[in-house]
Amino acid sequence: MEELYSLELIKNGKRIDGRKFDEFRKIEIEKNIVQKAEGSALVRLGKTEVIAGVKLGIGEPFPDTPKDGILMVHAEFSPLASPEFESGPPGEDAVELSRVVDRGIRESKCIELDKLCIIPKEKVWIISIDICIINHQGNLLDASALASLIALLNTKIPKLKNDEIIRGEFESKLPVVFKPINVAVGKIGNTLLIDPNLEEEKILESKLSVALREDNKICAMQKQGIKGIEFKNIEKMIDLAIEKSKEIRKLVK
Amino acid sequence: MIKKGIKLIKNGKRIDGRLAKQLRDMEMKIDVISTADGSAKVKFGNTIAIASVRGPRALFPRHLQESQTGILRCKYAMAPFSVDERKSPAPNRRSIEISKVTRLALGPTTFLEDFPKTVIDVFIEIIQADGSTRVAGINASSIALTSAGVPMRDLVSACSVGKINGTLVVDLNGEEDNNSEADVAFAILPSKDEVTLLQMDGLLTKDELIELLNLAKDSCKKICELQKGVLREKYKSE
Repeated sequence: MEELYSLELIKNGKRIDGRKFDEFRKIEIEKNIVQKAEGSALVRLGKTEVIAGVKLGIGEPFPDTPKDGILMVHAEFSPLASPEFESGPPGEDAVELSRVVDRGIRESKCIELDKLCIIPKEKVWIISIDICIINHQGNLLDASALASLIALLNTKIPKLKNDEIIRGEFESKLPVVFKPINVAVGKIGNTLLIDPNLEEEKILESKLSVALREDNKICAMQKQGIKGIEFKNIEKMIDLAIEKSKEIRKLVK
Repeated sequence: MIKKGIKLIKNGKRIDGRLAKQLRDMEMKIDVISTADGSAKVKFGNTIAIASVRGPRALFPRHLQESQTGILRCKYAMAPFSVDERKSPAPNRRSIEISKVTRLALGPTTFLEDFPKTVIDVFIEIIQADGSTRVAGINASSIALTSAGVPMRDLVSACSVGKINGTLVVDLNGEEDNNSEADVAFAILPSKDEVTLLQMDGLLTKDELIELLNLAKDSCKKICELQKGVLREKYKSE
């Protein structure tokens, strides 16, 4: 019922929670909330809450990039966060979310992976970003990407002794040189909106997620939703994402 | 991951001899699987995709049925021998994501609400992979759906575009895909101008991206003509 009400409101130029169409919900960020992780962050978008944790380990590099560290992103949609989530291995939505977050970070080249070599061809740092959804009230993608970035910016590389990790002691900061921000732009009829809440997500016709660097270069995109997007509207959606990414980036430290 | 110093364009020609905006030789064949309601095989150069469509048919187990609408299911898979190193036949994260975006790319063209409690299944198998496999799969699925007699608003035509060695190109092959600065997977309902697949990764300015999208749209028009061609051929002979 709330979805229908929300749809009716949008047709009249309003949103169910009174926001403007290009307005984010209140964004709250907490850094370093998990001491056991090398980096962590909690992000709240309104009532949506996501924790990203970064763990560093040592492993073998890929044969084609023998001197580069490895990045992995994994997301869990536990039933803890929503009645719509079920136990079991990650479903297609969790897989898609983690892969879109991964591409935003990887393609922006925000982590200098070539500085994460310990012994070429043998040992490199493996950066695992794990995204844990705590409460799903819509727009998990933007929240997860933001939490991941802030966790990375606060990640420290552990000390090594005889190539073994000494947990709890740190050598240096993780080399993060860009700040990719993800902005998903939703579309209902001719209305574009950002940061859809749960009710709005259920009635969105389509969504375009855009990851942007501070030089305004686009590093990843993913079209989502059940309907197509008219070709002429794509540029408008990208423009809105570019504009809003600047606003979010100011919150990132 | 970009390997440094790889030259993918020499004297304006790509490693397979194509020009920047040239599609590979394409072959499309319809009704290649006799047990399917509709099927098709699409070749983009060395990339070979086969799609088979079953349905609309009653959906079991019954609890999966939707009383107001039919559902579409898509499964994208790569044959273990389709790539250099044998690939496990089990679904991986990549194929799970591609299955989802394929479903969303095809969904907007169907009238699922006219077939409540049913399912349309689309199975895609990549027999040989040399870049642009997901879009080859979507092109094959689109003509397979048509051939199965599924009512559709439009065909779905798809292609990849990208940036290699600073040049904007169409229809990336495997080598180009692995060493690209950016690549985009794109699908459109050609006569409705509705984009149903758009995935991008790499680094592009907005202007480059818009230029690539226009390139993709034009290339999809060409692909659409090929799709229409094989469909016309089928109904001419019947």
